[in-house]
Amino acid sequence: MGGVLFGRRRPPAALLAAAALIAVAAALPAGYLAIVIGREWDVASAAIFDSRTLGLLGRSAGLAGAVTLAATVIAVPLAWLTVRSDLRAKRLWATLATLPLVIPSYIGAYLFASALGPNGRLQDLLEPLGVERLPSLYGFPGALIVLTLFTYPLILIPVRATLRRLDPQLEEAALAMGRSPATVFRTVVAPQLMPAIAGGALLVSLYVLSDFGAVSIMRFDSFTREIYVSYQSGFERTSAAALGAVLVAMMLVLLVVQAKVAGSRTLHRTGPGAQRPPRPVPLGRWRLPALAFSSTVVFVALVLPVGVLVYWATKGLTSGVELGALLGNALNSLAAAGVAAAVAGVVALPIAFLATRFPGPLTRLVERVGYAGYALPGIVVALALVFFGTRVALPLYQTLAMLVFALTMHYLPLAVAPASAALRQVPPRMEEAARGLGRGPLGVFHTVTAPLVRGGILAGVALVFLHAIKELPATLLLAPTGFETLATDIWRQTGFGFYEASAIPALVLLAISALPLYLLSEKGTVTS
Amino acid sequence: MARVARPALACALACGALGVSACGSSGEPGSENEPETEGITLYSGRIAPLIGPVIDEYEAEADRDVQVRFGDSGALAATLLEEGENSPADVFFTQDAGSIGAIDDAGLLEPLPEDVLAKVPERFRADDGTWVGVSARSRIIAYGSGVEVSELPESPLELVEPEWRGRVGWAPTNASLQGYVTALRQVEGEDVAREWLEGMVANDVQVYDSNVPVRDAIASGEIDVGLINHYYVAEAIEQEGPDYPVEIYFPPDDLGSLVNTTAVGVLASSERKDEALDFIRHLLSRPGQEYFAESSKEYALIDGVEPDPSLPPLAEIPAPEVDLSNLDDVQGTIELMQETGAL
Repeated sequence: MGGVLFGRRRPPAALLAAAALIAVAAALPAGYLAIVIGREWDVASAAIFDSRTLGLLGRSAGLAGAVTLAATVIAVPLAWLTVRSDLRAKRLWATLATLPLVIPSYIGAYLFASALGPNGRLQDLLEPLGVERLPSLYGFPGALIVLTLFTYPLILIPVRATLRRLDPQLEEAALAMGRSPATVFRTVVAPQLMPAIAGGALLVSLYVLSDFGAVSIMRFDSFTREIYVSYQSGFERTSAAALGAVLVAMMLVLLVVQAKVAGSRTLHRTGPGAQRPPRPVPLGRWRLPALAFSSTVVFVALVLPVGVLVYWATKGLTSGVELGALLGNALNSLAAAGVAAAVAGVVALPIAFLATRFPGPLTRLVERVGYAGYALPGIVVALALVFFGTRVALPLYQTLAMLVFALTMHYLPLAVAPASAALRQVPPRMEEAARGLGRGPLGVFHTVTAPLVRGGILAGVALVFLHAIKELPATLLLAPTGFETLATDIWRQTGFGFYEASAIPALVLLAISALPLYLLSEKGTVTS
Repeated sequence: MARVARPALACALACGALGVSACGSSGEPGSENEPETEGITLYSGRIAPLIGPVIDEYEAEADRDVQVRFGDSGALAATLLEEGENSPADVFFTQDAGSIGAIDDAGLLEPLPEDVLAKVPERFRADDGTWVGVSARSRIIAYGSGVEVSELPESPLELVEPEWRGRVGWAPTNASLQGYVTALRQVEGEDVAREWLEGMVANDVQVYDSNVPVRDAIASGEIDVGLINHYYVAEAIEQEGPDYPVEIYFPPDDLGSLVNTTAVGVLASSERKDEALDFIRHLLSRPGQEYFAESSKEYALIDGVEPDPSLPPLAEIPAPEVDLSNLDDVQGTIELMQETGAL
C-alpha cells in the first residue's frame, strides 16, 4: 500500500528528515544506556548475566502478560458496550470507565493497600462481623489488580475509537448472508479490532514493565524495582543501565509480537459512498449483566480510590492543610503537561505518516525507536537527559523547555500509536482523488487527511497529557529548580506520610486530567 | 517555601512549543532581572516540609535566595554524578551518610573549613572533612499495642526467633535499614549479617516500600513491630495525639540503636562556595538546630540544643560507636541483601 500523497512512492526528503530528527531525539535514552554500559562493560555484563536477572525478567514478563490479558478482558467488552450496545448513558459510562487512567499508579496502589490491606478500611468495616484480618493482597495478586485497574483504559480508548469508525455495512452484509451475530463478531468485527487491541496491549505491557510505584507499594519484586534500588541506594549506575538495556530488548520483542498480531490488513473502506453510524445492538436479557459488569469496574477502579481520596481530603481540610501553593502548582502542571502533549501531537505526525504510508524496514525502525523512551523507567529517561543536557545543551539544562522535551520523548509512542491507527483507516484513494483534482500535497493533508485523523491525533495528545501530568522522576530532576507541580507536591507530602495533605493535590490532578479524557470520549471520533 | 515558582503558564506560552532558553533556569519570569550571584542552589534529599522553614529563615536573615531541587537522596546523588563539573548545585543535603559518601568518592565534594567541622562531634562528620552531619536519628524497634515492652528483645538479631514469625515489618529499599546492615557487616562481620538477613526472610518478615507504611502497618495492627527510625513515630504522635498506638524502644544490643545522620556538603564545582558555607553555618547555628529538633523530632548535633521531651537524650541512647564514614559500602550491602532474598 504505497502512499501517493506526494505523488511518488519514496517518502519525501523533508518528511524523512523530520522523522529522522525526531527519532534521534527519541533514541537519546537508549544512547545514554549504550554509553554507560560501554564505559564499564564488565560491570554491565555481570549485571546482565547475573542469575537473579533472568528470574526477575521472568517475574516482570509474567506480570506484564497477566495484566495485559486481564486489561483486555475488561476493556474490549466495555468498549463494545459503550459504543455499539443500547446501554443507556453510554458516553457517561465511557468517560467514567476511562477515568482510572488519570490515577497515578503510586497513588492507586497506596489507596488500595490502605483500603483492602489485611487491616485496612474494609477490614475496619467488617470488624463487627468478626473479621480480624483479610487475606493479604501483597505480591503478585496486588500488583496484578492495581496495574490492571489503572491501565485497562489504554486498551479501552483505541478499541472504542476503532469501533466508532468501523463500517457497519460489513457486519450487516455478513448478517444478511445468514451468519450468527457471534460469528459476525468473530470473523468481521474482531479482526478489525485487532490492531487497536494489539496497540493498546503493547502500551499496557510496556507500562507494567516500566512501572515502579505500584510494584513497590504492592511489594512485588520486579525488574524495574531492581533498577530503582540500584539508583536509590547503590548509585551503581552501570548495572542499572545494563538492566535498562534488557528492558529495551524485551520491548523490541513485544514490538515484533504486536506487529504480528496487528497484521497489515487493509482496514479502510474501498467501496464507494459514505459511511453511516451503526445501529445500536439491543442488549435484551444481557442488560443486567452488562450493567453489573460496567458498574463493578467503575466502582473498583474509580469510585473506591476517589472515595478514599475525598475522605482524606476532607480530613485534611478540617485539620487545616495549607492550600496556598495549590493554584500555582496546578498551573505549572498544566503548562508542562499541556505543552508536552501539544508538541507530542505535532511530532508524532511525521512518524505516523511515514510508518503507515511508506512501510518498510527503515520507517519501521523510526517508528519503533520512539518506544524505547516509553519502555524505560522514568528515572532512566531523566538521567539520560541529565547526561546529555549537561554536556551538549547546558543553557537549556533544567529549564521548562528541557522538561517539556523529556516528557515529550518519554511519552511519544502514546501519540504515535493512535495517529498511526487513524491514518491506517483513511483510504489513500481519497487523498489520490484530491491530488487528481489539483490540490498540492499540503493542501490534501490539510483538507482531506487531517480532518479524518483528527480524532486519532487528539486521542494521542490527551494520552500524553494524562501521563505527563502525573510523571514524577523526570519532573523532579529536570524541571526548573523550584518548579513545583501537583505530582511533586503529592510526592513530598506522601514521603513523610502526610496523606491528608497529599489528597487535595491528588484530587486536583484527577480533576484536571478528567477534562481531556472527557473530550477524548466525546470528540475522539472521526466524522465522515 | 520561598522558592516555589510562580505559575509558569506565561513562560510556557512565551517559550512556545519547542522552548527558548529566554525563560532562564529559574522558571520564574519575574526573577530575570535579579543579579545572578544572589543565591545558591541546593539539592535536597530531604523533603520540603522538613527543611523549608529553616531555608526561609536563612533567606530572610541573609537576604539571599536559596533555590531548592527536591528529590530522593539516591536519585539526586546519581544526578550529581551524571552532571559532574557542570552541576548547577552548590550544596547537597542528604538523608543518610551513604549517598553523600558516593559523591565524595567521586571527588565531587569540597573539603569544609575547620570552624564548620568543629561544630559537630567527630563521629557525625566525614573522615576527610568533606561533609558534616546536620541532625541525628536512631534506629529503633517500633511496637504496637499488641506487644508488651517486656516481650521486646535486647537486639534486632533476636527477631529471627519463631515467636516473631510474620509479626515484623521492615523497608529493605530504604537507606536507613541498609545503613544498619552495613554497620552490622562492619562491626559484627559478614557472616552475622548474612545469617540475620536469611533468618529474617525465613521468618516471614513483612516488606514495605518505606518507613512510613511500616509505622502505619503497626498502627493498624497488620504487624506488631517494625525496624524504623525514631522520628517517624514521634512525628505521628504529634499529629495524632498521645494515644497514637505505636511506641518506640531502643534495643541495647547489636547496634540495634545505631545513630545515623543527615549530611550536608559543598560541591567542588560550585562557584559560590562562600555563600554555600554560610548556608551550612546557618543549618548548624542554634536556631537552625532547634528547628530540626522541634519540627522533625531528630537530635540536634551542636551542644546545648535539647531533644523533644518525649525522647531520651542522645547520650543515653545505647548507641554503638560506629564510624559513619565507613558506611559507604552500600553496594556490598545491597548485594548481600539480594543474595539472601532480603531485597
